[in-house]
Amino acid sequence: MSDIATYNFAYLDEQTKRMIRRAILKGIAIPGYQVPFASREMPMPYGWGTGGVQVTASIIGPDDVLKVIDQGADDTTNAVSIRAFFRKVADVETTTDTARATIIQTRHRIPEHPLSEGQTLVYQVPIPEPLRFLEPRETETRKMHALEEYGLMHVKLYEDIARNGHIATTYAYPVKVEGRYVMDPSPTPKFDNPKMHMSAALQLFGAGREQRIYAIPPHTSVVSLDFEDHPFEVQRFEKPCALCGAEQVYLDEVILDDRGGRMFVCSDTDFCEKRREAGHVGELGMAVDGLEAVR
Amino acid sequence: MNGFLTTTPIEGGFQNPPLAAQAVFRALMDAMARPGTVHPVAALALPPAPLTSTAASVALTLCDHDTPLWLDARLDVSTDVRGWLGFHCGAPLTTIPADAHFVLASSPGELMALENFAQGSQEYPDRSTTLILQVDTLTKGRELHLEGPGIETSAALSPFPLPRHFAAQWKQNRARFPRGVDLILAAPDAISCLPRTTRIFETEA
Repeated sequence: MSDIATYNFAYLDEQTKRMIRRAILKGIAIPGYQVPFASREMPMPYGWGTGGVQVTASIIGPDDVLKVIDQGADDTTNAVSIRAFFRKVADVETTTDTARATIIQTRHRIPEHPLSEGQTLVYQVPIPEPLRFLEPRETETRKMHALEEYGLMHVKLYEDIARNGHIATTYAYPVKVEGRYVMDPSPTPKFDNPKMHMSAALQLFGAGREQRIYAIPPHTSVVSLDFEDHPFEVQRFEKPCALCGAEQVYLDEVILDDRGGRMFVCSDTDFCEKRREAGHVGELGMAVDGLEAVR
Repeated sequence: MNGFLTTTPIEGGFQNPPLAAQAVFRALMDAMARPGTVHPVAALALPPAPLTSTAASVALTLCDHDTPLWLDARLDVSTDVRGWLGFHCGAPLTTIPADAHFVLASSPGELMALENFAQGSQEYPDRSTTLILQVDTLTKGRELHLEGPGIETSAALSPFPLPRHFAAQWKQNRARFPRGVDLILAAPDAISCLPRTTRIFETEA
């Protein structure tokens, strides 16, 4: 018995996993409803994805392939750390390839590559309650969900129009799930909202600090709230990605110098890399051969 | 005295609890997310009859000291079953259906009406009973047509046996949404789920 004691498979103890698994099943059965759960302390601070990590730890198995993205990027601290965490505690394979992953944990983006049956998208959620900034009392928001009383949310969107002439909410844009619960899609840009609608993948949401889990089963209606005369619209970008030339994708602004120089590049790094490998070149990009030379 | 000497109840649990529970849960999650799909479950638990291996595996995966469990009459009279569940799950047994977080039913055809179990409240619809029904088959019973979240167009499932007047009971259950019960159908070697969102249409026999 020289083996050094290790953590349980996937870090969490079995009782915690059972509790989270029960919450996940209830979440799937009541799409968009926030199921309370007894969130645990995780070896990372709140705000770094403790909810998402607990959900992932409760569903992941030895055969899974895990991808983790942070604002679309596979190579940021949060994404790299969470991938390393699961390699260590669950000994699972990790990838940056969207199509190969069975579980994708995400902070605030949905990959550009369409998700397929059998994939599970796990969102890290900071504030799960879409009505929280309108009504701070949990007792009241709970009653509002119970009575399906969502007028306040429409007032908020209307105020946007009154002040700005259009709905100025650009992220965490409220959606209605299966015609019943108004849900916060987590602070994903509203650009990604249409991808939630009738998605082939199962979508799970974990909010660690706020102790809520919710879910959208595959092929479920997810409608962004709007008005007849002010229909929901996603962001548009004037130029394609500066590195790979992709259009109809979500772009990040990158400041290049202190004289106003800037470029817009794909937020989804895996998608951008794949396009560049396939030979697509944007206006500021260089061919892959040239890129190798620089490296 | 006999009950203290027997060792039956303490055998037949998961050999490797973390991996076995994960495998069963993934089958459950996929089944709940895609109603009508059938997911194979290996014989990971060996409980005393009339509790089946599949139903027992689901119980070991989901039930513990936090979840009061209600057993139907046929399971409830078996000291071995009660002892086995007590040892491996540790779930407190309840005789009040509305208090149960989970139900294990070995004879779904004789089960009391679904409305007797916890339906959750309008504020907390998650505080409802999940019923684990031991069925003989998921493919050879009367065909049910399913629609709803998790189903792209329509799906079909043919479980047997089911609670009496199932289509009518399920219609009422559906009408209570977001309140209502969820079903886990445990066949001899596979599971399928019917969450409360699923709409069921019975075909004319």
